[in-house]
Amino acid sequence: MSFDAIDWGDIGIAAIDTLSMLGGALGFTILFGLPLGILLFLTGRQQMLQQPVFYGILSFLLNILRSVPFIILLIVLMPVTVLLTGTSLGVRGVIPPLVFGTAPFFARLVEAALREVDRGIIEASQAMGGSTFQIVFRALLPEALPGLIAAVTVTSIVLVDYTAMSGAIGGGGIGDLAIRYGYQRFQTEVMVVTVVILILLVQLLQASGNRLVAHFSRK
Amino acid sequence: MISLRNISKAYPAAERNVRALADIDLDIVKGEIFGIIGASGAGKSTLVRLINLLESPSSGEIRVDGRATAAASGKELRALRRDIGMVFQHFNLLNAKTVAQNIAFPLELAGELARPQIKARVAELLERVGLLDHAHKYPRQLSGGQKQRVGIARALAGRPKILLSDEATSALDPQTTQSVLRLLSEINRDIGITIILITHEMDVVRRICDRVAVLDGGRIVEKGAVEEVFLHPRHPATLRLVRESEGDEAENRIDLSRAPGPVYRFTFLGEDTQRPILGAAAREFGVDYSILAGRVGHIRNLPFAQLTVALVGGSAFGAVNRLQASGVVAERLSDGALSVAPRAVNG
Repeated sequence: MSFDAIDWGDIGIAAIDTLSMLGGALGFTILFGLPLGILLFLTGRQQMLQQPVFYGILSFLLNILRSVPFIILLIVLMPVTVLLTGTSLGVRGVIPPLVFGTAPFFARLVEAALREVDRGIIEASQAMGGSTFQIVFRALLPEALPGLIAAVTVTSIVLVDYTAMSGAIGGGGIGDLAIRYGYQRFQTEVMVVTVVILILLVQLLQASGNRLVAHFSRK
Repeated sequence: MISLRNISKAYPAAERNVRALADIDLDIVKGEIFGIIGASGAGKSTLVRLINLLESPSSGEIRVDGRATAAASGKELRALRRDIGMVFQHFNLLNAKTVAQNIAFPLELAGELARPQIKARVAELLERVGLLDHAHKYPRQLSGGQKQRVGIARALAGRPKILLSDEATSALDPQTTQSVLRLLSEINRDIGITIILITHEMDVVRRICDRVAVLDGGRIVEKGAVEEVFLHPRHPATLRLVRESEGDEAENRIDLSRAPGPVYRFTFLGEDTQRPILGAAAREFGVDYSILAGRVGHIRNLPFAQLTVALVGGSAFGAVNRLQASGVVAERLSDGALSVAPRAVNG
């Protein structure tokens, strides 16, 4: 095995592409997933805005998105992607399917994190005369912060996985590199390097997530 | 201050309606400490949540400060709730906020005070509950008693007229319970706030309540001044609660048939506990007595003594009359007088 033949410039560009896909998709995932998660929580059974029918429908839709394997979602969503971004290729072309793939997952994690908050805290806030809006933003979200950070961490790691997969359909990034050089041209060294980069990235994400969770935990 | 008329509360359950409360009539007077006692599942928590509208009654009318509360919704409902502070068994503090932030929280939700005013009010409350040194700690760094003090300070922050205490001392050890009860009673005395206190412990009622209602199976089975209910319980549920607080050495273990004479229970209250009236009456009527059971203590600050005594020889009748004339309550327990007072009474 010779690492001399590796084009480090290509790897650098691919790494930056992966990071931009990750950052962009994570941003939109939180933007859409957080409100969805709050809505799921609030309309759930015995919660403040209990709405069994609404909850059932929302839940069903999110489950549909979650049951389609990501590689298929990528292809199925192509027309939608082109409509939204004008292309189905490159970093821009994969962000919509990435968001569709992870936002429902993230929303479920948000719902679970909010459910972890002691009901007594909601009750106490209601007894103090807090409105639902106040209770969500001033009590629930701050109380659930460690859980929410953990949810973001897990989601970002899933996104690393998905960005690699999206390389297969021309998304670019490290996954693309691994498939083109490592698989199609039998350059095992490139494969090794990409795998190492992905391992480092995931470790870094998990470690920083853990640190933040520990920092904000007051329980 | 608070009146509940004909209140009932049913929860729709899968198969039948579960009745949590039925036929509740209650008047709570401004400035008193009113106890609501019952075993778990008796409906206490539901009852107290009706007052601050965390739950609404299935039927009946609730008035707080003369106003019917049923129609309130939205803003009006939240304003009503702000006038009623609440303290919880498990404190329900926000873990992500410091002690000072927790106390400030209801004020921030109300949004009526500016920041410096909130700060001043929080400082005042911290001092009141003795936590000035802990202002910047988080709840997990506090002991149970300290957490409950934060809970009390938070409940008082918005200067409510009513304080609801839902098993506030049930998660605390006996010593901490005492200090929290003392704090509640001081607050009641100092600012005249009406306190409604839910508990399953007769001891808590005895220490600080003025009046008490006993809840059993969703109904009020007995209510009245604490002296009356504690010393002369009538309903079996009340007897059970009193007995629980007294330990095992109770009057119900006495074998009345083996007593050397008619058995009486004498209750001395207040000043009478200091006077040697029992001995004097016995001497005057040539009666000897043996003490079979007894309890001595305080109801709030009022001393009491309740002795179960067998009278031997002389004129028992005369001695009892003399005691009654001095203000002692006498109940005859043996010899066919069982209908007057239940036999299986606590000691």
